[in-house]
Amino acid sequence: MRATPSLLVLALVGLFAACGGKSAPEQPAPEPTPAPTPAPAPGPSDADEAARRAREDSIAKANQMAEAARAVAADLAAMINFEYDQAAIRSTDQAVLDRKAAILAVNPNVRLQISGHADERGSDEYNLALGNRRAAAAKRYLEGKGIDAARMEVVSYGEERPLNTGHDEAAYAQNRRDEFQVTAGGDRLVAPQ
Amino acid sequence: MSRLPQRIGALGFVLAASASAGPLSAQDTTKAIDNGGVRVILEYNPGVRPGIVVLPATGLDSARAIVQRDLDYSDRFEVVTLSNEGGGVGSEGGGVSYGIYKSLGAAFGVELTTAGGGVMVRLHDVTAGRVRNQQAFTLPATTDPSFRLEVHRIADEVTRWATGTPGAAASRLLLVSGGRIYQIDSDGEGLTALTPAGQTALSPAWSPDGQRFAYTILGNGRGGVTVQPLAGGTGVQAPGTAAALNITPAFSPDGRLLAYAHSDESGTDVYLANIADRCCAQRLTVGRYADNLSPTFSPDGRRIAFVSTRAGPPQIYVMAADGTDQELLAPFDYGATGASNAPEWSPDGANVVFHREVTGSPQIFLVDATGRRVRQVTSSGRNEDPTWAPDGRHIAYVSDRSGLRQLWVIDIETGRVRQLRTPGAARLPAWSRRLSRAAAAP
Repeated sequence: MRATPSLLVLALVGLFAACGGKSAPEQPAPEPTPAPTPAPAPGPSDADEAARRAREDSIAKANQMAEAARAVAADLAAMINFEYDQAAIRSTDQAVLDRKAAILAVNPNVRLQISGHADERGSDEYNLALGNRRAAAAKRYLEGKGIDAARMEVVSYGEERPLNTGHDEAAYAQNRRDEFQVTAGGDRLVAPQ
Repeated sequence: MSRLPQRIGALGFVLAASASAGPLSAQDTTKAIDNGGVRVILEYNPGVRPGIVVLPATGLDSARAIVQRDLDYSDRFEVVTLSNEGGGVGSEGGGVSYGIYKSLGAAFGVELTTAGGGVMVRLHDVTAGRVRNQQAFTLPATTDPSFRLEVHRIADEVTRWATGTPGAAASRLLLVSGGRIYQIDSDGEGLTALTPAGQTALSPAWSPDGQRFAYTILGNGRGGVTVQPLAGGTGVQAPGTAAALNITPAFSPDGRLLAYAHSDESGTDVYLANIADRCCAQRLTVGRYADNLSPTFSPDGRRIAFVSTRAGPPQIYVMAADGTDQELLAPFDYGATGASNAPEWSPDGANVVFHREVTGSPQIFLVDATGRRVRQVTSSGRNEDPTWAPDGRHIAYVSDRSGLRQLWVIDIETGRVRQLRTPGAARLPAWSRRLSRAAAAP
């Protein structure tokens, strides 16, 4: 399409308007304000040192917060294990779940998926039901600590996802577990006081 | 539940009596059963199986080889093999050399001859020196996908002529290997993948007509039950299985209903859905944090055996198909008997096969559906997830006796065992009923 001369003129006018647009509406110039009396400034080396310290403090604080968040995330993800063909929470794992409950209480946006797993020895299909029971047991425990049931979902992988592919008791013990995965609200975790 | 302790006490005695009889192994020829205080000895006499010879068959070599192997796998005959096959020992000029086969110990001779587009099959009674049965079968080309199944049907018919009961060769098994569901012929040929790679498919189950199968796809710890035609095409999700985890489907004998186990945070329970009308999942068990799973219908469709953890470790229970009258089926000794799983009702309704842990390893057991007597079938290695052949005397199961978990078949009459070879590890087998011609595809 070819531009007609009148269109070109309009375009040029528009261009000038855009360039000089800021000064188009005339405004009274503001009264110049007196410059503030400068305070006795520290020497250039002191100023640099303060800025450097502030920067380091800020970095250290950020690191601390990140570290704390990582620790909280690790505590949330900490697995629990089970006895053979059992879904009861072991007394040694109650503290692990108590810590999760405390974290969930101060991070109300966090949602968890709890997945139950079994070792390879039982029946393949029964192990799916057993894994489900193990995940449900952890959920019920956390509910008992005041965590809203709607924040936790239960799934099961049975024996389909072993952590340890060995065929001995050590491997079986590792594979009988609940895993905890944060599915929402995990980006700004705070630690309980 | 309140009746349970009394029953455990009474039935524990039965188990003890049964256990004293010892396991049946491939070498056993006798089996003792305590029958109300009377000790009954059942004798297994594999040596008296009648000899049978499959005559050389010009132009029908592959069909003859399949029939001969099927007759062997039926465990009803002593198959006599010929040392100089095709060397003139067979039928000559329409006559059969009865004397030769008689001297080889054969009571029966099977003769296959080409006839039109098919094959004429004759069963000779060697002792009487006459043809006992004969029938023409149509047979597709050897390259046709249904060829092998049609030959298996011939072998099953020959078995029926000779023994009064058909064989189970014209059947297939579903199995799980590497997360995929496969089907394989009863003689270990024709392995075909039915589900795509990259999934975790589980719990395959046949529809009674052999036209469809149901299975679970496990994804993200959840899974629905899909009912899929074997001939290809899209599967449909069973009613009530869209959410949470749904496993161990089983068709009712009329193919209209599908029982399955649904797992959620309240536990695992057996449900029954009407797949014919695609509606109405009905809950049959109320576990209250216990597990109820692995339903299996009696052949008349009136009862369902299943696994329950209501008394602690998983054991085999039974209920009416509407969920009422739930009671223990396979007696166990509380605190001593190992976990029992994977029940499947026999085609004749007489027994339920399952596996039970014995000193840490699962073994195959039978429980008599009316007398509730328990009998151990295997005794060495790990043997689990049994499934009945349509003849009601063979059971396929998963065993690690080869070092890898693979499928094996045992004849519970003779104790004879054979391997059903699959390329890799195999599990969760499901044996079809006898398959018709329509089930030959794909």
